[in-house]
Order: sequence, then C-alpha cells, then structure tokens
Amino acid sequence: MTPPRSLPPGTWLHVFARLFAVQGSYNYEAMIGNGIAYAAEPAFRLLPGGRDGEAYRAAMARHSRYFNAHPYLAALAVGALVRAELEGEQPDRVERFRTACCGPLGAAGDRLVWAGWLPFCSALALLAYGLGASAAGVLFVFVGTYNVGHVALRAWGLRAGYREGLKVASALASPVLRTGPLHVARALAAVAGAALPLVLLRLSGAPLRPFGLALGAAALLAVALTRWQARVDGWRVGVALLLLFFLYSVVR
Amino acid sequence: MIDPVTLIHLTIVGAIVGLDFVSFPQAMLSRPLVSATLGGWLCGDTASGLLVGVLLECFALETMPFGASRYPEWGPAAVAAGAMAAVPGNAELVARTLPMAVLCGLCAAMVGGQTLVWLRRFNLSVAERYRDALAAGDATALVSVHWTGMILDFGRAGAVTALFVMVMLPLRAALVDALHTVSGETSLAVVAVLATGVAGGAVWKVVHTARDYVRYLLVGLLAGAAVVVLR
Repeated sequence: MTPPRSLPPGTWLHVFARLFAVQGSYNYEAMIGNGIAYAAEPAFRLLPGGRDGEAYRAAMARHSRYFNAHPYLAALAVGALVRAELEGEQPDRVERFRTACCGPLGAAGDRLVWAGWLPFCSALALLAYGLGASAAGVLFVFVGTYNVGHVALRAWGLRAGYREGLKVASALASPVLRTGPLHVARALAAVAGAALPLVLLRLSGAPLRPFGLALGAAALLAVALTRWQARVDGWRVGVALLLLFFLYSVVR
Repeated sequence: MIDPVTLIHLTIVGAIVGLDFVSFPQAMLSRPLVSATLGGWLCGDTASGLLVGVLLECFALETMPFGASRYPEWGPAAVAAGAMAAVPGNAELVARTLPMAVLCGLCAAMVGGQTLVWLRRFNLSVAERYRDALAAGDATALVSVHWTGMILDFGRAGAVTALFVMVMLPLRAALVDALHTVSGETSLAVVAVLATGVAGGAVWKVVHTARDYVRYLLVGLLAGAAVVVLR
C-alpha cells in the first residue's frame, strides 16, 4: 500500500480536537453526520482549491449526511475519510464505505467502551472508595484512568484510520478491538468483586455481623435482578424499593 | 433557601457536566461519582457529595449510553443530589437525608434524559433550516448547526440543574423533620444495600458472557473479603 501523504501537525491537532465534539449537533436524522464533517473539515482545507474549491464543498456535503458510530471510534472513520478525500477516491466508494462502517464501529465501541472500559473505571473508583480513598483520590482514579483510555482510543483511531484509508477493516481486527472487551470484562469482574463488599462496608460503617447481613441482602438483590434482567431494569427496581423505604420513613 | 451565588455555581457546574455527557468532550465528568461530589463540594460538604456520588454511580452502572437509546442523564441530577445531601457538620442528618437525595437524583436523571430527547429533536429542526446550505457543502452553515447544538446543550443542562436544585433543596427542608422516625444508620444501610445490589446485578449483566468470568469474580470477591476481615 502506498503510504499516505503526511498531514501538517496543526491539521492533525485541529481534527483531533474537533473529534471530542463529534456529537455536538446529534440529532435523530443525521445522527453524528454533521459532527463527522465538522471534525474532518480542517483536513478538507488541503483539497485542491482550498476552502473555495469545488472538491472542498463536495466533501463537506458528502460528510454532513447521516452517519452513526460509537463517538470514540468515529475517529477511525474520520481518519479513513480524510485520506480517501485527499487521495481523490470516487464518491461512490466513499459513500459505500460510510454505509458499511457504521455498524461495526458502533458495535465495537459499545462493547469496548460502554460495556467495558467505563464500568471497569467506575468499579476501580468504587474500589478506591472502599479502600478509604479521599474524594480527590476517588475522582482522580476515575477521571484519570478513564481518560487515559478515552484519549488514547481516539488518537489511535484517527491515526489508524488515516494509515489504512478505506481498507480500515484491518484496523477493526486489531487486538484492542478484538480481544480488548474480553480482557476488560474479566478485569471488571475481578475489580467489581473486590469493590462492592468494600463499598458496602465503608457506606454502612457496620461491625462485621450486621455487615454480613447487609452483604447477604445485597447479594440476594443482585441475584434476583440477574434473574429478572429480561423483564425489568435493575435500577428501576432500586428506585421502587427506595421509594417504598422513603414513604415508610415519612409516614411511620 | 439556597444563596444565589451557590445556585449560580451549581448551575455552571451542572451546565459543564451536562455538556460533557454527549456533546463535548465526553470525559465522564457527567458520571454521578464526579458530579455529585462537585455538588457537595460547592455546598461545603464534599464527603456527603461523594457519598451520594458513590450510591448513584452504583445505579448508573446499569444504564450505559448505547447508541441512540434513551438513558438517564446523570450529570445535572447528581450535582443537585450532591447539593441536597450536603449538611456540613451533621453526619446524622446527612445519613437520614440520603435516601431522599438518591431517590430525587434518580428521578431527576430520568427527567434530564427526556430533555436530551427534546434537544435532539430541536437540533434536527435547526439542521432542517440549513438543509440546502448543508447539501451544498457550506462550512459556515455546518459550523452554525454544530455550535448551536453545543450552546443549546450547555444552556439546557444549566437550566435543568438550576431547576433541580430549586426543587430539591426546599423539598429537603420541608421533609427533613418527617424523617426523624428512621435512624441515619438504618437509612444509610438500606440505601447502601439497594445500591450495591443493583450494581452487582449490573456488573453480572456485563461480564457474564466473558469466558471464565466466574473465576475472576471469585478472585475479586476473595480479595475484597480478605480486606474486610483483616481490617
């Protein structure tokens, strides 16, 4: 594969910064389509004729249309689309790519980030709380850990997308996306397993025996919720039980 | 009554964490762990804010923002809930107020989520107004649509935070005397059991499809139990 022409560092930074706002005008028709064009726009200025050129306007029009993907992995699409436009790919090929990559980028991002990295970082912060960390410590663990992964994923996505161009499917086979969710899920299981009893202990502040009762009750609730998971959201059950307790404590 | 300066501070922080949730930059400042702690801190009681944040975070583990699905918006709700639980120097009152603060936080998160749906519809109407310009590749129109969306989101989040605070703090003042019947210790234990139970179920939902997850869960549980016993 021919190596892509290198982009000026300022353009890279501009595109990368705009990726953080890719959902800025999220709506139910174009989804993040406007955001994709907004993020890629600094690179499109390099097209023949610059901002006033026909190529620039055509690229902007193409990429403002419907697009949907996980917001972090949208970076992969933006990188690939920027390269495709700068290399003058046929518009119908670009359009086919846009249509084809929505689903995989959405599914991979959801598994890796929303169902993996985010709950893992939450559990890690809860563990820090359970071990007695201060408020600043807990926040540092959560925000710091989460954003190391978050920023790295966006940066990797933009770079890999630009490197691979429309052949970016190979980047989707990267270990980060292929086996990452499995490793993160295992780490989440271990960290949450340690964190939840410690959180309960710190919250209730109870001696060991009442704590054992509380832990048993929490475990029972968790098991019940996993049994009913297809029928009801656990947090809604929590709201209902909390409401009952609140009413009991008010009217008693 | 909340003093106007604190209300303004809470509103600004609520607007920032609300913007962070979807529009910019998704750094998870909008998670209840962060937002509620900031709410408590602004009201002079960081520890209570963190307490509410931990409890709401346990519930929030159940609701991840997949695709275009509808989900609660935690940021502004958690800022207000953190402020509601903040009673500097009165741990017993904080504990008795907790179930109410967490409950109000959960309800407010549902309301906040609905306002996000309205915002997305409004964003669509803005984009429709610029439809021809966008189809012609007009970058100025695109920037207008995009920045309008972000500015509206910032304003929306600030407005709902202010609304939540102005409803929740008087509610606490009105109901706090009625909560004398249950001790703070019991209140705290009940809400902690509910939150960790929901979190346990949520974690299982995420990990149960991973190969060998039980082994990892057991290792974690044993480590946690060892720390509990050794303390």
